[in-house]
Amino acid sequence: MKRLLILGAGTGGTIMAQHLRKELDKGKWNITVVDERTDHYYQPGFLFLPFDQYKPEDIVKPITDFIPKGVDFVNSRIENILPEEHKVILADGNALEYDILIVATGSEISPEEIEGMKGKEWGESVFTFYTFEGAKALRDKLRNWKGGRLVVHITEMPIKCPVAPLEFVFLADSFFKEKNMREKVDITYVTPLSGAFTKPKATAALEYLLKEKNIRIEPDFAIESVDNEAKTIIDYGGKIIPFDLLVTVPTNKGSDVIEKSGMGDELNFIPTDKGTLQSKKYPDVFVIGDATNVPTSKAGSVVHFEAEILAENILSYIKGQKMTEEFDGHANCFIETGGGKALLIDFNYDHEPVTGTFPIAGLGPLRLLKESRFNHLGKLAFKWVYWNMLLKGRPIPFVTARMNVAGKDYN
Amino acid sequence: MDKLIAGKTISVTEEGFLTDFSQWDKSIADAIAAENNITITPRHWEVLDYIQNEYKNEVPLSIRKIGKSGVVDIKEFYQLFPMAPLKTATKIAGIPKPVSCI
Ligand SMILES: Cc1cc2nc3c(=O)[nH]c(=O)nc-3n(C[C@H](O)[C@H](O)[C@H](O)COP(=O)(O)OP(=O)(O)OC[C@H]3O[C@@H](n4cnc5c(N)ncnc54)[C@H](O)[C@@H]3O)c2cc1C
Repeated sequence: MKRLLILGAGTGGTIMAQHLRKELDKGKWNITVVDERTDHYYQPGFLFLPFDQYKPEDIVKPITDFIPKGVDFVNSRIENILPEEHKVILADGNALEYDILIVATGSEISPEEIEGMKGKEWGESVFTFYTFEGAKALRDKLRNWKGGRLVVHITEMPIKCPVAPLEFVFLADSFFKEKNMREKVDITYVTPLSGAFTKPKATAALEYLLKEKNIRIEPDFAIESVDNEAKTIIDYGGKIIPFDLLVTVPTNKGSDVIEKSGMGDELNFIPTDKGTLQSKKYPDVFVIGDATNVPTSKAGSVVHFEAEILAENILSYIKGQKMTEEFDGHANCFIETGGGKALLIDFNYDHEPVTGTFPIAGLGPLRLLKESRFNHLGKLAFKWVYWNMLLKGRPIPFVTARMNVAGKDYN
Repeated sequence: MDKLIAGKTISVTEEGFLTDFSQWDKSIADAIAAENNITITPRHWEVLDYIQNEYKNEVPLSIRKIGKSGVVDIKEFYQLFPMAPLKTATKIAGIPKPVSCI
């Protein structure tokens, strides 16, 4: 019996188990998935939890609800990966051998990287919504907050869902308006980038919205430390920004186990072929989702597109054939802009997000890079799509793994 | 688009990054540095050499990586290239804007 081992039962690990259990002969291939958690979080919901728009139970379900029949689930921390020996070591010291390994251990926050970030104000006036516990603590804080200087901050790139912090400021603006206290809140968006987003056309659209909503942007800010006494953040260039409430996105890194295994780069992301999704160093190791270093967004939509390509490539690899499927970096993200509206962006390695229609050229019904209520409904529907289609490895109607150039207004 | 830098016609992006490294030389670096109120010292050159080398080896650049390079720490990197050091340094080095940010 051959063994396909999947590390991580988040978005990517779960979808790959679904795809490959359908394709691989049950008599020849055992599939095992390992994760230290028992809960699967719908991470896009972390954005809505602080504003009391989703309840915790909307965004947490048992991991085992999504592990297909015929796949073994091992609930354990992964201690180490020994790629030369084709082995993975679990917390109890036991080893799992593999013929093919899929690493889907994602990325996590590391507030320890910045001096003072996890100081005495952590959980008092310094929060993050990038974890379930963090989003819940922030919800409790916002329920009673009386206003002041709200600073929403990105520590360094890359981060998963790079639009989430922007969405957070837009939703905060509407939240305080609805509570009739917008004039008591001063909102500043602090980013290490030179503008609101990484791609020029989307940046222009988003900066316009920031202005319209009276949100200040502080670009090119590379944080050095958080001063817990003065309640300020300080950057390497000496800029100082005071806050009453700091909502930060700490450094995002790959799992510690990647560091231990020596397979990662300086942020524990694994050097991965951006087309085939095979590890650049170990032919029997494949990588999906946030754990890779491929130059596209770290997002659930990306994972979904990658999964289709990766499943085909693994089947070719098993047959000893050349891997012909190439991932193009396709990402598709809704951006909540507050007031029941949202934008949609669709892009890949080569094409930046532009205006147009999606998913059907000319028809839509979704509009790219333009605010609309329909886009917002799309974002809300994504939760249902995630639990019921995406995690089950079902294709989403009209939405293809490779980006469609038709319907988009380039130049 | 074309721009006149140090008396030569150089092809650059809208943000002023060179699009053809073969057009780069030290006089171009000095001129771009001057536009950013920087006078290049031997210490600057150590950092610029490192950055150009990493680029040639196709290693993606980030502030964190430069801070860990052993060539310069982040604090000094900011002192040498104030404001947005990675952007300024890569522009002076004649290489494309880093894509560490997607
Ligand atoms: C606030 C927020 C908003 C977001 N919004 C969106 C959005 O609107 N649209 C979108 O497409 N994406 C969004 N995302 C991103 C999306 O959730 C992730 O990109 C996606 O879940 C990545 O999937 P993954 O499989 O790579 O990693 P994950 O789903 O994070 O799974 C990794 C798994 O590996 C396990 N693991 C890691 N290390 C170990 C170990 N050592 N031992 C055992 N188990 C381990 C973890 O427990 C986890 O279950 C958002 C993310 C956040 C944080």
